[in-house]
Amino acid sequence: MAKVERKRTLSEQRLRTFLREMLLIRRFEEKVEERFRAGELPGFLHVAIGQEGVAVGVCQALDDGDVFASTHRAHGHTLARGTHPNAVMAELYGKLEGCSHGYGGSMHLYDVERGNLGANAVVGGGLPAITGAALAFKLRGEPRVAVAFFGDGATNIGTFHEALNLAQLWQVPAVFVLEDNRWAESTPESQHSPIRDLSKRAEAFGMKVMRADGQDVEEVHRVAQRALKHARDGKGPVFLHVQTERLVGHYIGDPQVYRDKDELHELQETRDPITLLREKLGVSDEELEEADREVQELVDASVEFAKAGTDPRPEDALNNIYA
Amino acid sequence: MPELSYREAVRDALSQAMRRDDDVFVMGEDIAEMGGSMGVTAGMLDEFGPERIRNTPISEMAIVGAGIGAAMQGMRPVVEVMYEDFLTVSMEQIVNQAAKHRYMSGGQLKVPLTIRTQGGAGWSPGAQHAQQVEAWFVHVPGLKVVFASTPADVRGLLWSAIYDDNPVIFFEHRTLYGLKEEVPDELEGIPIGVGRTHREGSDVTVVATGRLVHEALQAAEQAEPEGVSVEVWDPRTLQPLDVDGLVASVKKTNRVVVAHEAVTRGGFGAEIAAVVGEQAFDWLDAPVERVGARFAPLPFAPVMEEYVVPHAADVLEAIRRTVARG
Repeated sequence: MAKVERKRTLSEQRLRTFLREMLLIRRFEEKVEERFRAGELPGFLHVAIGQEGVAVGVCQALDDGDVFASTHRAHGHTLARGTHPNAVMAELYGKLEGCSHGYGGSMHLYDVERGNLGANAVVGGGLPAITGAALAFKLRGEPRVAVAFFGDGATNIGTFHEALNLAQLWQVPAVFVLEDNRWAESTPESQHSPIRDLSKRAEAFGMKVMRADGQDVEEVHRVAQRALKHARDGKGPVFLHVQTERLVGHYIGDPQVYRDKDELHELQETRDPITLLREKLGVSDEELEEADREVQELVDASVEFAKAGTDPRPEDALNNIYA
Repeated sequence: MPELSYREAVRDALSQAMRRDDDVFVMGEDIAEMGGSMGVTAGMLDEFGPERIRNTPISEMAIVGAGIGAAMQGMRPVVEVMYEDFLTVSMEQIVNQAAKHRYMSGGQLKVPLTIRTQGGAGWSPGAQHAQQVEAWFVHVPGLKVVFASTPADVRGLLWSAIYDDNPVIFFEHRTLYGLKEEVPDELEGIPIGVGRTHREGSDVTVVATGRLVHEALQAAEQAEPEGVSVEVWDPRTLQPLDVDGLVASVKKTNRVVVAHEAVTRGGFGAEIAAVVGEQAFDWLDAPVERVGARFAPLPFAPVMEEYVVPHAADVLEAIRRTVARG
């Protein structure tokens, strides 16, 4: 405990904000599951339950003008960056009011005004563009940073290696955030990587590595601030290795036949980032319930907003193909 | 009017854009000191320096992807992919990323990226350094596809590609780099989506791209003594296609030959034939004849390579076939 106290740099007020943000993501994701099971949501959905601390810790450290690329598991990053739950939910319902105006869906959430350059449904697909965005910042002398989120599964694909190599070679202001939940869909890390410490892959390029426990949002935030400062100061890209837990299946409806149920249950009991922060802050039941009520109302309202949203006309499918 | 080679014309468009606009920069393999595998960027490092004439690792996914990222931030990168064959390595980034960011974002983003590449047979590089893959990209909504066949065209079209707000796949043909042509004193963009009539004629339209434009012009000369008047029309941009220009020519001549160096099957000529069938069927006096490479990878041995890819004689034979159909 003493160690935690010594490290604490954030005000309690700020941490309470983080708690609320994580709760918002959690309740949003639960609602998405519920509405998907009710048959209201088309497509293919991946929720970020268990990984809220990474999204909130990193996104709360971003400056205006910073950009990021997300993954197929994008709701958390998008909400954490401040996109209104209404806009995210409306996108999941395929409405024009959605953050991608119904053209993207869950796996392609965008909010360019807030620096969200898009969630990518090709694993590793967004990384090279982050190197490129960071190159643009460097060439123009702008104090901005480009951030890529990706999972451990992505560290096996070529774009990961090419994008990191190029970023380090050119010393561009990028931060590569590995959300290491040790699962590539249903395949455990032991079956997809010959090494256990995936940050060695970044070290191989000579890239600066920083680490954080993704279930400790305060730590994620503190390390993300250091990583962003390092990149922004022109000291080169950073590989931010965050250990996290996917406390649910890969997609909604995944029976997780590949996963030890006792182990999962234990993780849910001991590694839930919301519970951990709540305990750290000593938040009372009443206070939590109040925060919960508030975010639940927001989430419920987002469903109402989305359902009342505007359906695109079929022929709108032919817009936005060319600029 | 100055005379420039096709190679110089590409370099001139790049250099003028870079002088005018700090947001334009070039990256690719071996493009700096070496000046690119085809010498197109020779000398540009001296003028613009290594920040804007960027040598890259052999990483086609990252080069194209970095171009996408810089373009999404409002720059106008020009990426050189050394051989068309290597576009296959960056296919995911081109097809899933560059072509779709605007769409998937519901119009929030644009990707003003130009990907220059080149290919073409005739020098026995074998199966992985001379393919013609332009048709693959015409199948992808969100991309524009340009294939210039002369110095004036390559200069004006590259300018338009750089200043287009969409990703443009820009094909050059290896055997044309030395070709010379007078170009306008002032560099002006040639609109993307407008074809060029190289030769007026009244009996047959040859729709040709790249090297085959020049083979078609030879074939047209050879057909003249036979009393056949051949029009040679180059679409210059494959996506968007100048359908009006194409149909107007067909309505004049009533016979069509399509000619490209790429494999005939599934080639761009198939699309031309389909458009002509849909929009000018009643004006056709004969089926559309197709000229392209035989259905084989490019072989190494010169005699086999020459056999696989089409030449002026193949265009002339197709002209004769279509004229012979009553």
